[in-house]
Amino acid sequence: MGDRVSLELLSDVQQFVFREARLQDDHQYQAWESLWTDDGVYWIPANGDSSDPEREMSIVYDNRSRISLRVKQLLTGKRHTQAPPSRLRRIVSNVEVLGTTDSGDIKVGANTMIFESNLRDDTIWATRNEYALRPQEGELRMAYKKVLLVNNEKALYTLSFLV
Amino acid sequence: MNVMTRASQWGELIRPDRVHGSIYSDADIFEAELKQIWYKTWVYVGHESEIPERDDFVVKSIGPQPVIMTRDKDGQVHLLLNRCSHRGNQVCLADKGNQRTFTCPFHSWTFANDGHLIGYAFPDGYQGQDKSQLGLGRVARVASYRGFVFGSFAAEGPSLEEHLGGAAETIDRLLATSPTGEIEITAGFLKHRVKANWKFILENECDGYHPAFVHASIFSVADSGIGSLYGAKSTAVTRDYGNGHTEVDLRPEFRRIGKPLGWFGTNTERLSDYAGKMRTAYGEQRADEIMIDGTPHVMIFPNLFIAEIQMFVLQPLAVDDTVQHVTALQFKGAPDMNRRMRQQTMGSVGPAGLLLADDSEMYERSHRGVLMREPEWIYLGRGLHRERRDEDGYLVGHATDEVPSRGIWNHYRRVMEAL
Repeated sequence: MGDRVSLELLSDVQQFVFREARLQDDHQYQAWESLWTDDGVYWIPANGDSSDPEREMSIVYDNRSRISLRVKQLLTGKRHTQAPPSRLRRIVSNVEVLGTTDSGDIKVGANTMIFESNLRDDTIWATRNEYALRPQEGELRMAYKKVLLVNNEKALYTLSFLV
Repeated sequence: MNVMTRASQWGELIRPDRVHGSIYSDADIFEAELKQIWYKTWVYVGHESEIPERDDFVVKSIGPQPVIMTRDKDGQVHLLLNRCSHRGNQVCLADKGNQRTFTCPFHSWTFANDGHLIGYAFPDGYQGQDKSQLGLGRVARVASYRGFVFGSFAAEGPSLEEHLGGAAETIDRLLATSPTGEIEITAGFLKHRVKANWKFILENECDGYHPAFVHASIFSVADSGIGSLYGAKSTAVTRDYGNGHTEVDLRPEFRRIGKPLGWFGTNTERLSDYAGKMRTAYGEQRADEIMIDGTPHVMIFPNLFIAEIQMFVLQPLAVDDTVQHVTALQFKGAPDMNRRMRQQTMGSVGPAGLLLADDSEMYERSHRGVLMREPEWIYLGRGLHRERRDEDGYLVGHATDEVPSRGIWNHYRRVMEAL
């Protein structure tokens, strides 16, 4: 994109993705869910970065109602794989405003490195994230989040925290 | 634990109502299983629809061994090992594709997709060499049951039909729920790794005792109707087909509900295209019977689990390292049904699955459990007092009884003792 990104926009975007990361690390499920627009799509592909989720299996391909179901399940406290919850810290970096989507949302890219410690072991995950963010009532909301795990072509351990 | 090569030892680890915990955790037992089960008996490898065209190939596995499933120029299916006969390099690095030959990148030896050596680079360096002795390694026997391809590393042994026995009927039942009588494996696989022995997974597939507890979280927030199938009052039955094949037969419950597609939590209005094609294919009455009964829930020993709308393939890599490969079943010619099967499968299984992530947590905890010293045994006596024979002579029990586990261990002991 030829246009320069304003510091204000970049700051808003960064604050948003950092806040999302913190809510995920801290298992603030409802606060995290409130970041989504009503038409949000949460997608974690498997088997590479270009599979078609309408034809092929994805690790997560949640529409808004399934995002809500996923959160409700976590909130029961009986989601065994998250009871006790994974201890998590993630670094979000390379936050970049990449332009606008066809529907006018702000297109954002970032990289993350996530350290997970749970009953099985300690695990490091690395991702490329793509977001579509939409200003709504004076705040940004997430209309789309795609998480490309670097190792999504391989067999993966359970990934039951919010990534 | 080299003593395990003596047959009598297995009887000390496997009793009618219990097994010793070390059978899941002992690395020498795992090595013995590779020899006696994975590299000898029939193991499910892949589905013919994954290689529909001539010269198609896809990389599958038998336990820790990667296996290239190819279709040659004459349409015949081969199971080849990915190891160059020269110095052991890998001749295939893609997961799937279409090619007539595989060329080793190390010294350019080239093999046809039926495994035979076509040629090597700079042939002057070899004199009088019989190329027919230098083909790729292969799985000795390949057999297909209605599109499901199995392999056996043993050149001789029971036929695939003998191995499947009564469980073959469950595959027939699955195919009957497709309006064309065919399924397709086209949606790609999720690969879910667990730090646990493969037999915890094998036994759990037809364990009807755990869902009420392991899956309580999702049953309490999603209106799935699955929970009641596995309650104390369920009329569903567990079944031991012999040869290690086990089933949870949910048809009694679905017949009690009596609604076409009730088994899938939907109805013929919402999947009208599928229902219409079923009625055209089978006639209204038969189609409705099939659509009431639904698809099977069956574990074909040792690694093929057909779970209503999805298929799992178990791949043990080490005594405490197992991969579950899982995909949505797809019925040829039923796009509305297929979409729903994909959506439900993606939600419930794989590393983030609303169901399977909890099962996998249990596998890992159980594995850590059997490493503890006491009480040594895994107790599998549930429902022993009420198991009975069905009209076909198979042992059946209540939906929550451990008939399947006991059936698996009976077979396991027999194959492990067969030295």
